[in-house]
Amino acid sequence: MAGTFGNPEVVQEEVDILIIGGGMGACGAAYEIGPWLDAAKAQGLDLKVKLVDKAAMDRSGAVAQGLSAINTYIGSEQDPADYARMVSNDLMGITRDDLAYDLGRHVDDSVHLFEEWGLPIWKQPGDEGKPLVEGGKPVRSGKWQIMINGESYKWIVAEAAKKALGTDRIQERVFIVKLVNDKNRPNTIAGAVGFSVRENKVFVYKFKACLLVAGGCVNIFRPRSVGEGTGRAWYPVWNAGSTYAMAAEAGAELTMMENRFVPARFKDGYGPVGAWFLLFKAKATNAFGEVYMETNKHLLDDFPPYGQAKVPASCLRNHLMMREMREGRGPIYMDTVTALGKLAETMTPKEIKHLEAEAWEDFLDMCIGQAGVWAGENIEPEKKNSELMPTEPYLLGSHSGCCGIWVSGPTDLGAPTDEALPGVPEHLPKGWNWGYRSMTTVNGLFTAADGVGASGHKFSSGSHAEGRLSAKAMVQYCMDNKDFTPELEDSVDDLVAEIYKPVRNYLEHKDYTTAIDVNPNYITPKMLQFRLQKIMDEYVAGVATMYQTNAKMMEVAEMKLEMLKEDAGKMRAKDLHELLRAWENYHRILTAEAHMKHIQFREESRYPGFYYRMDYNFVDETNWKCFGNSIYDRKTKTWTNFKRAHVDLVDKSKLFK
Amino acid sequence: MPTFVRTDKCDGCKGQDKTACMYICPHDLMKLDQDGSDTGHAMKAFNQEPEQCWECYSCVKICPQQAIECRHYADVVPMGASVQPLRGTDSIMWTIKFRNGLMKRFKFPIRTTPEGSIDPYGGKPAADIAKIGQAGVFTLGGVQKAGDPSELIRK
Repeated sequence: MAGTFGNPEVVQEEVDILIIGGGMGACGAAYEIGPWLDAAKAQGLDLKVKLVDKAAMDRSGAVAQGLSAINTYIGSEQDPADYARMVSNDLMGITRDDLAYDLGRHVDDSVHLFEEWGLPIWKQPGDEGKPLVEGGKPVRSGKWQIMINGESYKWIVAEAAKKALGTDRIQERVFIVKLVNDKNRPNTIAGAVGFSVRENKVFVYKFKACLLVAGGCVNIFRPRSVGEGTGRAWYPVWNAGSTYAMAAEAGAELTMMENRFVPARFKDGYGPVGAWFLLFKAKATNAFGEVYMETNKHLLDDFPPYGQAKVPASCLRNHLMMREMREGRGPIYMDTVTALGKLAETMTPKEIKHLEAEAWEDFLDMCIGQAGVWAGENIEPEKKNSELMPTEPYLLGSHSGCCGIWVSGPTDLGAPTDEALPGVPEHLPKGWNWGYRSMTTVNGLFTAADGVGASGHKFSSGSHAEGRLSAKAMVQYCMDNKDFTPELEDSVDDLVAEIYKPVRNYLEHKDYTTAIDVNPNYITPKMLQFRLQKIMDEYVAGVATMYQTNAKMMEVAEMKLEMLKEDAGKMRAKDLHELLRAWENYHRILTAEAHMKHIQFREESRYPGFYYRMDYNFVDETNWKCFGNSIYDRKTKTWTNFKRAHVDLVDKSKLFK
Repeated sequence: MPTFVRTDKCDGCKGQDKTACMYICPHDLMKLDQDGSDTGHAMKAFNQEPEQCWECYSCVKICPQQAIECRHYADVVPMGASVQPLRGTDSIMWTIKFRNGLMKRFKFPIRTTPEGSIDPYGGKPAADIAKIGQAGVFTLGGVQKAGDPSELIRK
């Protein structure tokens, strides 16, 4: 029987492995899993897999729009240890070398596949047409980045994933909103529930293992543009923290949720600056043409040893910029005029034309909105400099950020097998690996890409590679647990009622008032999001306070977030589109709460330029050179924060002068 | 910068229940107004939540009628400019019109292989089940960078 808005049809399906998400991580998993499934089948085990995406894989995830570069390609000239060092340095010393190193030794294979599938990768003169895998030399815009014509990057990667998995194993436009633990084994995952955004259907999946790769988190802070421009976030606005929220509710240990990313980008459009800095050698200045990375260089001495790195961390570069803004020497500019002028001195007109096209392609491949801003403001970069601005904060684990979930790492790199610090809850694993690569502390629950915390700098290619690592491990897990029959902890009726509660809130109360958006019995998802953004912006170091907070401000935030979380149960959904928004915002609230709790717990300012705890406005290597981790209890709705010891697996002293 | 749909060009994808823009929008913004009750234009698509538009242009690029364009977001960008692509199978052409009338055109490659031609496992080895638990191993051949063992200081 077809469902109705008030009474949706319930579709129940049992699989062995569920992949939640459709971005680079999910596509990596979809590709890698095929041969392992075949291998398992040869052993007599026929595993059933399904991939569920809330959007369409051709254009879902962070790479939907395209990219102008692949930011992680190790190449022949660098060692995975160099990569692990760079990741650590950019994230102020607290990352898992085992995870970064493992990614570093795998990632190039994914890049080679992209090229084989049809992604155009720029080559050095003389090597045009020669694939990377055959030694073709890429055009590097930085030590780790290679330039591409990446408008169709995601389209290409999705085609491979869809072909590998087969369309009958893919379900698009279904938003998974909740994981369900096993009835008999509370620390084991057993299922997931979600709904179609196209039909009145609730989906209940039962499985042994799942890969939760639903991206990072955007729009928990009030964005700088609050009208139509609200959607113009730097990171995709559809990343709603679903990965972190669902994992936390399932009991998975989170790590470094205090970390955030505040990219300094071209103002308003948030267009990429990487090519301008790295490829065109442009410099950022204050309003008076002073290069703040030079004039404020001494500020780096406040943060030993990180300030002494050859390349200062992203947050420290922001820190130097923010001094200019605080002291009234803005606007900040990217000096495109000087950079292009210098390049033009040694170039032919044809080469200059090519260079101009490259500059525009950087935007058109990955941030068309910035091209719109330049066109609207008549900005020709060779004639007029363009403003830079630090964005509102985002939470992610794949770019210059390391928040996420604590996962099991590789076993062969010398990672700790015990925990040196007290206070870790008894039921959690002690060392850095507990059997299956990329498994969270909840049995059967895996993650990758933005989901994996304490690493970072994976970008698109690394996210794909990490998805592949998880796929292999999930097959292994299912083979080892082939006799396990998952049983859902909650009844299907309860789950369906919970998921469709915003619809019920609406249908029950909509006729109480004449204006459907103003009603004392419910709150629209949009208004709830505004409330969340106001709290985070004003109390948890958003742009309103120039990224500053303290314990007292967070006390207020804590109280307000608790009420907001209660009121989330009163969200309304007048249609399936709003039901999507309602659940996205529920995920945002939990993610925001985790972020706040972690900043509250860490009594230092580990990331100056990303946020400042003004009551502990320093980096404290003695007490806080450690991971900040947490678990959430969905029954009591409370967080437990604790430390885990940090250990270097590669020598970091090589980073510093 | 929300996208908008031109009434003179949109044909609602010829009466199918789902339009191309609805299919592709990563944020579920595009909606087909079946009976005209939302917009006054029956069987045409519209952007139902423009302030949530990431301006990713997925709908603009996929529209078979070129009926979708962008009006740069009103709370930020001065009026009059436009950025419009025409996406083919191997390249994309961009026309950028500045507010002051200046025009720029660019063409970039997007793909070196025919659409739909990917053979994901062609020429790739099968997985070796004996290596399923082994760290540092992918199945399908390709490089695996061993790294300099002396770099690992705890081993």
